[in-house]
Parts: sequence; structure tokens; C-alpha cells
Amino acid sequence: MNHAIFERHSLVLLIGILVVVAIGGIVEIAPLFLLDSTIEKVRGMRPYSPLELAGRDLYIREGCYNCHSQMIRSLRDEVERYGNYSLAAESMYDHPFQWGSKRTGPDLARVGGKYSDAWHADHMRDPRAVVPASVMPGYPYLAERALDYGDIGERMTALKAAGVPYTDEMIASAKADLEAQVNPDSKAARDVVQRYPKAQVRKFDGALGAPASELDAMIAYLQMLGTLVDFTSFDAAGPNLR
Amino acid sequence: MSAPREELIAFSGAMAVLAAVAGAILGLIIALAAKDGVMALHGLLFAIAAAAAGVYVVTHPRPGGPDEQNAYMDGPVKVATIATVFWGIVGFLAGDLIAWQLAFPALNLDLPWTSFGRLRPLHTSAVIFAFGGNALLATSLYVVQRTSRARLAGYWAPWLVVWGYQLFIVLAASGYVLGVTQAKEYAEPEWYVDLWLTIVWVAYLLVFLGTLWKRKEPHIYVANWFYLAFIVTIAMLHIINNLAVPVSLLGSKSYSLFPGVQDAMTQWWYGHNAVGFFLTAGFLGIMYYFIPKRVERPIYSYRLSIVHFWSLIFLYIWAGPHHLHYTALPDWAQTLGMTFSIMLWMPSWGGMINGLMTLSGAWDRLRTDPVVRLLVVSVAFYGMSTFEGPLMSIKAVNSLSHYTDWTIGHVHSGALGWVGMVSFGAIYCLVPWLWKRQGLYSMRLVEWHFWIAMIGIVLYVSSMWVSGITQGLMWRAYDDLGFLKYSFVETVEAMHWPYVIRATGGLLFVLGSLLMAFNVWKTVRGDRPVDVEDQPRTAAAPELRAGALAAPAE
Repeated sequence: MNHAIFERHSLVLLIGILVVVAIGGIVEIAPLFLLDSTIEKVRGMRPYSPLELAGRDLYIREGCYNCHSQMIRSLRDEVERYGNYSLAAESMYDHPFQWGSKRTGPDLARVGGKYSDAWHADHMRDPRAVVPASVMPGYPYLAERALDYGDIGERMTALKAAGVPYTDEMIASAKADLEAQVNPDSKAARDVVQRYPKAQVRKFDGALGAPASELDAMIAYLQMLGTLVDFTSFDAAGPNLR
Repeated sequence: MSAPREELIAFSGAMAVLAAVAGAILGLIIALAAKDGVMALHGLLFAIAAAAAGVYVVTHPRPGGPDEQNAYMDGPVKVATIATVFWGIVGFLAGDLIAWQLAFPALNLDLPWTSFGRLRPLHTSAVIFAFGGNALLATSLYVVQRTSRARLAGYWAPWLVVWGYQLFIVLAASGYVLGVTQAKEYAEPEWYVDLWLTIVWVAYLLVFLGTLWKRKEPHIYVANWFYLAFIVTIAMLHIINNLAVPVSLLGSKSYSLFPGVQDAMTQWWYGHNAVGFFLTAGFLGIMYYFIPKRVERPIYSYRLSIVHFWSLIFLYIWAGPHHLHYTALPDWAQTLGMTFSIMLWMPSWGGMINGLMTLSGAWDRLRTDPVVRLLVVSVAFYGMSTFEGPLMSIKAVNSLSHYTDWTIGHVHSGALGWVGMVSFGAIYCLVPWLWKRQGLYSMRLVEWHFWIAMIGIVLYVSSMWVSGITQGLMWRAYDDLGFLKYSFVETVEAMHWPYVIRATGGLLFVLGSLLMAFNVWKTVRGDRPVDVEDQPRTAAAPELRAGALAAPAE
């Protein structure tokens, strides 16, 4: 073939480049949206509760993904260290995904329930108070700042537009649900658990009666990570074989 | 070239002022009505930038007339060259600061704005987009004019590209520090900053293409193929990976349009090709112009450049999934990613061979001209990292290397060794050429820069090999009873000394760049070169070389 046509016509070169660079992406990305087998069939996945979502937004704000992965690979040592390897289904409501690429700190995909709330509160304030050799920055201001959740309903609406199955009822009661999740003795707390099964309702930062702090949201998010999927009913070899 | 018509000049001026006024009004509206502080600040910054641009256009009317189009347009190239040096130092300093933070966590200061999580994106964006991006802007706008023998297309558009790009950098960086981020690596800027970059980028593409359309050479030179592939592909990657749903049109927060596994695949399709097209194709464009020009030799093989150009851009796009081995990404995609990554080794080395062999018959220049040494060593680093990359993309190797500092070391052998060194070489060529000097202020300082940076890179890369492989092995070590041998934090403790050595290497690299800034400043200011007799004739601006004919655009 005569290459001169590309060298003499800038638009031919431009179109040639576009065609050549488009192919790989189309072949690798498009099927992920089309093939049913991409996301495993599991029980237990649900969208984040308003408080968990607010915590996730803080996780994003602080750039935690720079040092913590949320993706346990299917390797023996990882499964023994962190728990069952991560499923695609477990991040199906994550916009954006937070799988990470570097483990300066440990993987957090299943950190939920591994430590107490008090441990997390101390660890966030001063990581070296509980793990002397840690190199994590301290986040003492999370406990001092009131959580800003004025637009939590709008945030859930945006996520709904991106495909997260929030119902109108969930969005309408977003603020009430957020407040109720840190107020275990309230009636509304029962609604939270009904709307968001397995949601943990308690004052995570220990400051009972105080309004939700940023630390509440962060710990609520960390404590639910990896706890949703019901692994007793998950069959990796059956319909989920990929 | 014919002089532009009066109506056209009036029209382009009016459009520029109109755009500036519209931008200022939009910025003010956002500043006043914003739902969060960062959006208000960014609205204000945008309004100030637009107003300043408008004032400049009004007070500096376009001259028109027959002389206007008679010379190359080097103003925007000069701005981008200075910006490359400036942002380089900012980005290297930010990187070294966070390197010390990992060795001594007290340096995080426990403040929101100074913690590793917010500064690391600042570092990566500053070096990739601010330093690398400006190096690409400067060189591409310089090279496309010379190799087309045509002045840049447009009069205000090239200025919009260069200053608009600086505004993008300021908006992105200030956002990170204040906690505004999309949390997708190398794509952290929020939706509205992405929109602004899209506008700037389209203007860049049009200026570049417009200049090619005006060319007086029948053939488009090979460096321009690479620049064009870089511009077009980055536009595609940027737009698709940043598709997002904003929470409010007056707020900074948005959510990625794609969920989980699809988002991961799209992100690493983007992320790996930010490497492939921003940090590779674009910088190969630099290699294909500056090495032949500096050593006054033709490119080694024209056929090789054709073959490796098309195969490189075709294969690179597929490599993204190697960032997701053994994850929840379906196996077929992982296998494709690994296969194409290994194939990518060949076109990468095709480029390396073409760059290195261009020195055929001029190998002595490696000894006598430290600028050539920077350029050639950068190509050697390119060859090294593009061998290491395919190696690490093999699943078995990746199971050890992934999530560890080995990746960080690999990236930096490419970033410091290839992108950094080739940019330094190009800057040392460009500054005397642009400012019409007899040579650089001091070639001896270039020699110092080369060796200091070189030692820095060796310390950096070797300490990261040690820490990465150590940590990877410790994570999977078992004791005699079949239990995991090390807790996670024990592997963190083992990283301390490698982190100190890495940060020391980084510090050397910063020092080298300060030497460069001093040298560039002295050269721009017009100080008499201290060792001009030691500099090759290609160090001088083309019009000042003995026996050179004045060869303006027309």
C-alpha cells in the first residue's frame, strides 16, 4: 500500500488514526455493558444508605484510593489475608469504582466489622496511636466537623441518573434516614434498616446525641465495606462461572 | 502569504472580546450562585482570567498588514516553554514532599490540605499534565511550524490554547488541595474543569490541523503524525472516561457515569493510554524532531517509523486491562490486555531503535554534547521501561508486582528517565533557538544537571525495585505451619529505608531541575554564554549559525 496518502492528506491521516485507536476500546469495553456474565448473580447487594454514601464521598474527597485498594485478587495469600476475593457485583453501585492500584496501606474491600468503631475513631484521629508503624496521615478534623449533608438527596438523584436503583421514597427520606442512622433509639432508625438491609445503626464516633460528624459517615462507610453479599448462597462454580 | 483581510481581523478581534466577556459573565454568575466554596472560587478565577484575556485583546489590537504573517508565531511556544520549567519544578517538589511523607508521616501535618491523599494527585497531575503537557504544547507548536514551513493557524487561538491550558492546571490543582476530585487516577479534575479542558483541547487540535493545512511541504513530517495521534486520542480518552452526572450545575461534585467493573475498565483504558499517548506518542514526536535536528542526521529508517507508528497506536489502546489482573474484571479482558501488552514491546523498541540509530555517524556527539546525551539516554530509558512494562503485564509477574512500589518504580523510570530527560533535552535546544541566542548560558550546568538527575533516577528506581519486590514477597510469605508470615504493618516497616533513599533520589532530581531553571533564566535574559566555544553549532538559534541562510516562514 502506498503510505503517501496518509502523509499528504492530514484528514486522511486523522481518520486513519481515529479508526486504529478506536478498535481496542470498542472490543474491550463495549461487551462489559452487554454480557450478562460480567456481573455475578448474588444476594444482598443494595445501594449505599445516605450516611454510607456521605462517608464514601469523604473517602473520595480525601483521596484514600491513593493508598488503599478495594479489590481482593483471587490469589491464595490475599484471600487468607483479606477474605473472599472481590466480586464484580460488589462494586456494581460504585460511581466511581474505588478498586485502587496501590497498597501503601492494606486492602479495605472487606474491612467492615474487622475493627471496632472506637478503634476506627482513634485510628482516624492519630493512626500511630493504635498502629505505631503506620505511615497514614492523621485525620483529626473529621471528628470535629459536622457532616454537610444538605444536598444528600440531590446526590442520590444524580446517582439514580447514572443507574443506581434509588427509589423516589429513598430520595425523599434521604436526610431523615441519614440522621436516623446515627440515632439508634429513634423510630426512624427501623425504617433505615428496612430500606437498606444490613445497615448498621449507631453513633459511630461515640459522641452520643451530637449531630452526625464527618467521622460518623466515614466509619459508617468503612464498617459496611464488603458486608453486603450473602456468601452462603453464592455459587462461584455454578451460574457465575466466567 | 497574503495579508489577512481587514474584515477578518475585525471579526476575529470581536469574537475574542465577545468570548472573553461571555466567560467573565459566566464566571461571575458561578462565583455568586455557587453551591459550594470551591465552585465559587473557581468561578471567580475563571472570571478574572477571562477579563484579563479580554483586556489584553482590546489593548493589543491585531496589527494586520503584510508583515503580520511573515514570521513564525513563537510567543505561545515561549510561554509554554517557561511554563514547562515552572510546573516541572512544582510537580517534582510536590512529588518529593509526598515521598518524604511516606518515610516520615508527621510531614502530613494532620491538616486536610497537606495530606498525602490530596497531594499525590497534585503531584501526578503537575508532572504529567502541567510539566509534560506544556512540554508537548511548546514542542508541537514549534515543530509543526518548522516542518510545515507555515505560521501557526489563527491569531488568538494559539494564545487561548496556551493560557487556557494554564487555567485548567490552576483549576485542577487548587481543586485537589481543597478536596474536589473525581477519584479516578490521572482523571481527578471534576466535571466542569474537564469541560474547560475539552474546549482548550479542541482549539489545540484545530490550531495544529490548521497549521498542517497551510503547510508548504508536500509531506507531513513523522513527528507530526505522533503529535496528531496524541492530540486526537487524548481527546477521545478524556471525553469518554470523564462522562459524569453532576449533582448540580452550580456545584463541583459529580458521579462517574459508569459503575464498578465498567468504570474500572474505562478508567484503565484511559489511564494506560494517558501513558501511551500523552507520555509516549507525544514525546516520540519530540524525539523525531529534536534528535535529528540536534545531531544533524536524518532519521535512521523511514520505513521503521511508518511500521512502528501504526502498530504502536493500534496496540497501545488494548493494554489497559493489565492494570486489573486477577480482579473482578472478566478473564477474557485480562487475557487480551496481557497479550497486547506483550506485543507492544516490539513497536516500542522499533521507536527506540529508530531514535538511537539516528546517531549513526555522530556517536561522538554523545561525548561532546550533554544535550544530546540527555536526549539519547532518555530513549534508552524508554527502551528499558517499555521492556519492563510488558514483563510486568504478564499475569504471574503482575501477581507479585501489582499494588507494590515496583509499579511506582516502573512509572518513574519512564517518567523521570524518558519523559523528564527528553523534555530537558528539548528545552535546552528550544530556549536558545526561540530567544535567538548563540547558545545556552552554560553547557557545564547541563552536564551537572544530567549527572545529578541521573544519580537521582538510579536511586529512585533501584530503591523501588527493592521495596516493591520485598513487599510483594512478604505479602505472600508463609511460615512452616502454613500461616501468613507477616502482618501488613510489618511490610510497611520494611519500606522505611527504601522510602528514604527514594526521597533522596527525588531530591537530586529536583536539584537538577533548579539548575535547569537557572540556566534557562540566564539564557532568556541574554547573558553572555560562559562556554560558547564548547557548544556545538546546533546549540545556536538557526538564524545565527555560521553559513545559515535566513529562512523565515515566507
